[in-house]
Amino acid sequence: MALTNETIRQHLTEKFGEHIYDWSEPYGMLTFTSHKDLNLKVLQYLFDEPSLQFRFLTDLCAVHYPEKKGEELAVVYHLHNLVENIRIRFKVFTDVNKPDVFSATALYASANWMERETYDFYGVNFIGHPNLVRILNADEMDYFPMRKEYPLEEQTRVDKDDEMFGRD
Amino acid sequence: MARPVQYNITNKHIEAPIALATAPEGLTGEGFFATKLSDVVGLARKNSIWPLPFATSCCGIEFMALMASHYDLARFGSERVSFSPRQCDLLMVMGTIAKKMAPIVKQVYLQMAEPRWVLAMGACASSGGIFDSYAVLQGIDQIIPVDVYVPGCPPRPEAVLDGFMKVQDLVGKENLRRRNSGRYKELMNSYGIQ
Repeated sequence: MALTNETIRQHLTEKFGEHIYDWSEPYGMLTFTSHKDLNLKVLQYLFDEPSLQFRFLTDLCAVHYPEKKGEELAVVYHLHNLVENIRIRFKVFTDVNKPDVFSATALYASANWMERETYDFYGVNFIGHPNLVRILNADEMDYFPMRKEYPLEEQTRVDKDDEMFGRD
Repeated sequence: MARPVQYNITNKHIEAPIALATAPEGLTGEGFFATKLSDVVGLARKNSIWPLPFATSCCGIEFMALMASHYDLARFGSERVSFSPRQCDLLMVMGTIAKKMAPIVKQVYLQMAEPRWVLAMGACASSGGIFDSYAVLQGIDQIIPVDVYVPGCPPRPEAVLDGFMKVQDLVGKENLRRRNSGRYKELMNSYGIQ
């Protein structure tokens, strides 16, 4: 029997009930959210359950929503079932002042560098990561550049006329 | 339909099959020629510049065209592109330099022996170009001194040739004592280079 979004949802609701919420299917991709303390339990279940077998972590990243007080940072996992060729998206939200999320490195080896990248740009503190240091930016950088409060542009330049570049 | 011919429809008059470097000013007579040592050294240096290509993006592709037979940088005495900084005279930085790459550019510059020159090719190497971003170095002159800037995004090979000839002018006319002067040391100190 082919795996469908409905069966995945059914399995997850049976196992976790109300702890998984915000179900949606943008462009046919099943998307759901859980509390951040449950992230490893959900991932482990998706990995182990013989009828689900989401054993490939395609992508892991974060999103910053400054207007969502108390859950500013979203950590997004993209999982792929290589047998059935189905992808799902799983989100957890965390407070930007205490951005602690459990690391998925024990489950997916590919999470190692992706969590380092997410830490590098958003400052998500992955608990249990073996080597949580910057990966893409210069080591001496002292902030997390993809958070919305930091401007994209290089701030040291004086020769660029702000008006000509559409800035105030 | 035949394509309209716009270029090279008149044969250029070639004065000599091999272009010779013009001799510097000097005293000449039968069997001897006397001139300043610095002129001779300058003449030799400017016609044997060994470039070190530091190509990080699309400008590097234009540089490949420049080195190939059509534009042929070898005509200017730069037949040998060296990939060892120890043997090079001219550092050609071509492309966007990310801040994480900056220490590597500086290290390559430090590994070059004096006298050394630097050519910044393209908008990114000269000023950061369109990448006005937290991650990109806004011009390599923030970390090393630059002799010639070639504008363009990317510059055509002709533009780089022009920049290269500007470097040749600088090399040919450089005072042999310039690198010992206080002003030069001051410049190096301003970049934190001993």
